Amino acid sequence: MSSDTGSIGILDQDYPSTLESVDIVEADILKAAVDVGFGEDEQHEIGMAVRECMVNAVVHGNRYNKNKHVHLTVTKSAVDFSIRITDQGEGFETECVPDPLDDTNILRHSGRGLFLMAAFMDDVKVQKLSPSGTEVTLTKKLGKPE
Amino acid sequence: MSAKLNTREVGDVTVVDVSGRITLGEGSSAMRDTLRELVNSGKKKVLLNLSDVTYIDSSGIGELVSGFTTVANAGGTLKLLGLTKRVKDLLQITKLYTVFDVHEEEAHAVRSFV
Repeated sequence: MSSDTGSIGILDQDYPSTLESVDIVEADILKAAVDVGFGEDEQHEIGMAVRECMVNAVVHGNRYNKNKHVHLTVTKSAVDFSIRITDQGEGFETECVPDPLDDTNILRHSGRGLFLMAAFMDDVKVQKLSPSGTEVTLTKKLGKPE
Repeated sequence: MSAKLNTREVGDVTVVDVSGRITLGEGSSAMRDTLRELVNSGKKKVLLNLSDVTYIDSSGIGELVSGFTTVANAGGTLKLLGLTKRVKDLLQITKLYTVFDVHEEEAHAVRSFV
């Protein structure tokens, strides 16, 4: 399946708000990353970013609510591989997320998820949806030498 | 494979051998519970052997940090042994590599505890 933008749809699916879904999505996307041709290091980076994003969606967004799901869309264009993860939570402001690298936050128990997504992907977009929910788009460029 | 932990004593140092994946859920909970038990039983010198840890996510990193502060608050010291390249890279990009005392060789790590 392809769109007018030239992107090819790889995955388009809902998942329940469980930790099991985090593992399943990680595995599904790693398989897609292999099929697309990413090397081992990039596969690891994509898997890490996806896991962090899914945990945020399940735990912080949907709060394990069995009546809420996480929607996953994976597409590939000529230049990049894109993963979109959408939850049905209340949404959040990225400006309100403490900087995990700040000295006052280094020893915090949590709060590194968004930072790691940005560290491992070429682009991360976070959009607060109306009336509710958060959509995170993770993008990895294709064709970079390892 | 969720993280598995095994505890042993080398002199007065408690070595916790961790293997598998330290991720949100069973893996991170197991590490948290083990470290709390060690602190509650009065252990002051704890060496986390991570040489067989294949994967760690931010939740796992959080438990390493919590373990570090829990042991320190109890008057003890927690050190790390045997980081794989990926775990080391993760600790470096989160600026945690310099927080922990990291060793590559067990005997040297054990001797380093005061």
